[in-house]
Amino acid sequence: MDKLAAATAGQLRSDIPDFKPGDTVVVDVRIIESNKERSQKYQGVVIGRSGGGINETFTVRKISNGIGVERIFPIHSPKLNSIEKIRTGKVRRAKLYYLRKLRGKAARIKEKIN
Amino acid sequence: MVGIIGKKIGMSQVFHEDGIVSPVTIVEAGPCKVVQVKTEKNEGYNSVQLGFGEKPERLTNKPEQGHFKSGGTPFYRTLIEFKDIESELMEKGKDITVETFKEGDSVKVTGISKGKGFQGVVKRHNFKGGPKTHGQTDKFRSPGSIGQSSDPSRVIKGIRMAGRTGGNQTTTSNLKIVKIDAEKNLLYIKGAIAGSKNSIVTIRRLGK
Repeated sequence: MDKLAAATAGQLRSDIPDFKPGDTVVVDVRIIESNKERSQKYQGVVIGRSGGGINETFTVRKISNGIGVERIFPIHSPKLNSIEKIRTGKVRRAKLYYLRKLRGKAARIKEKIN
Repeated sequence: MVGIIGKKIGMSQVFHEDGIVSPVTIVEAGPCKVVQVKTEKNEGYNSVQLGFGEKPERLTNKPEQGHFKSGGTPFYRTLIEFKDIESELMEKGKDITVETFKEGDSVKVTGISKGKGFQGVVKRHNFKGGPKTHGQTDKFRSPGSIGQSSDPSRVIKGIRMAGRTGGNQTTTSNLKIVKIDAEKNLLYIKGAIAGSKNSIVTIRRLGK
């Protein structure tokens, strides 16, 4: 391990499940609103992971009231209470940006069954 | 003032409790030893010479060996002098580690910036270049006029032109220390500092 990776290794979270682009995840995010703290669940399809080590992020896309919403989360952020994988998708690419152009039925992803 | 010599490891990020991310430069700083103490009486000014990065005897020439032996320290690759150092550190053989710094300290970091070779005025002096449209050709990144005509018939000294860029000593002030790892001798300094990875930098604490 190079020194840069070793220096940040202590900050990496070990409770991250194994998930890939195409999977549907529920992200539990801590929100701080003027002294009050609560958590919010955000569910959607992972359309990509980028970066590595402590810098890694993932993008979750969902359709909220007919409008596409994408949120980018740092994987190792302490603001994430949990990441839960609820569905494994069958996709053939690493970045699912093509989903942005698709609506409704066309934007579905097949489930991968082992 | 407190100073230390370090080696730039690279940039990364640090998560704080509230999820805020700080961009940090990680520097492997010290452990350094005071190799020589210069005083007003002997050398005409007060300073200490710190050594960083041990090297074996076979890479140390005779004059250097004598210098290190008189200081009673190991042989070091890098020797840098620090002026205006706190009096309690002015002692031969004294160890200076990252623990002389505290989290939240303001520091200034000096290093040699990356050499960029021969660069034009747009990169070197932030010139705007020429217009890209309205029938202009071949002058997108040109310097434009460098002076007047037959009077004075010469170019004024100091006109900014293309040339060798980078590779200069560069100091960045008012950087905060975000985190200290005493075990691995690491300083996490918020923001960017000059130089490439593995280059030697000096870190000085600002203020008292």
